[in-house]
Amino acid sequence: MWMYEKKLEYPVRVYKNDLGMAKYLLAQYGGPDSELSAAVRYLTQRYTMPTNKAKGLLTDIGTEEMAHWEIVATMIYKLVKGLPAQQLRKAGLGAYFAQHDRALYPADAAGVPWTAAYIQATGDPVADLTEDMAAEQKARTAYEHLIQLTDDPGIKDTLKFLREREVVHFQRFGEALNDVQAMMAAKKYY
Amino acid sequence: MNNMPALLKEIQALEFTAVDLNLYLDTHPQDQAALRYFYTVRDELLNHIQAFEQKYGPLTAAGDARTDCWQWVECPWPWEIEYD
Ligand SMILES: [Fe+2]
Repeated sequence: MWMYEKKLEYPVRVYKNDLGMAKYLLAQYGGPDSELSAAVRYLTQRYTMPTNKAKGLLTDIGTEEMAHWEIVATMIYKLVKGLPAQQLRKAGLGAYFAQHDRALYPADAAGVPWTAAYIQATGDPVADLTEDMAAEQKARTAYEHLIQLTDDPGIKDTLKFLREREVVHFQRFGEALNDVQAMMAAKKYY
Repeated sequence: MNNMPALLKEIQALEFTAVDLNLYLDTHPQDQAALRYFYTVRDELLNHIQAFEQKYGPLTAAGDARTDCWQWVECPWPWEIEYD
């Protein structure tokens, strides 16, 4: 089960009216390498992991990704809050507004809805953990792109936190993969 | 003067430390120094949460706020809080 904690993992501050960023941030809300993809990927793959370390890690990182999904949603929510439709239209959010108003619909920056086709669960722990490491690197680089796109110090600060988490997750997945491979190598001599 | 966001930030810092140590311990379960650090941070976090909840309402539905109304839905939601 999960219990909800009524707080963000990291504060979200929005200082400027960088409305265009709301559109770009959708990349990490409902895009291929988004926090949503990360959460569903890890929480799906964990059941068939062969080691307790990998089961624990996928559960815990998957849970943290849900907290990141909430952080990205909060940035978008705060950026568009209270703004008139015409202003959203000028920032390239007219099509989004027509379909979703200011609701947090999981689509990417170009409006493509989120799909489970973005992720895999192969039942092969080496394949799955290798995908996870690649996913963390793709998320890291997406955050670097987003940081370059804004001059709002508040948004930059939160994005830097999220970028740093991808680096840590990559490191931990690498350790879990080494552990799985060591276990598989040891098994061969039985 | 509303001190709520500042106290919440202290909890966020402590809980983040716990989350990061949690992931580290998942792949280094025998690291005694990390284990001790985790339990120290956890105790401090629980104290902070208790103090916060008595003042500003529950952080979880089963949190430590005993009042005569259901405060869970009343105090602000995470996306509505303005940090300094
Ligand atoms: Fe991640």
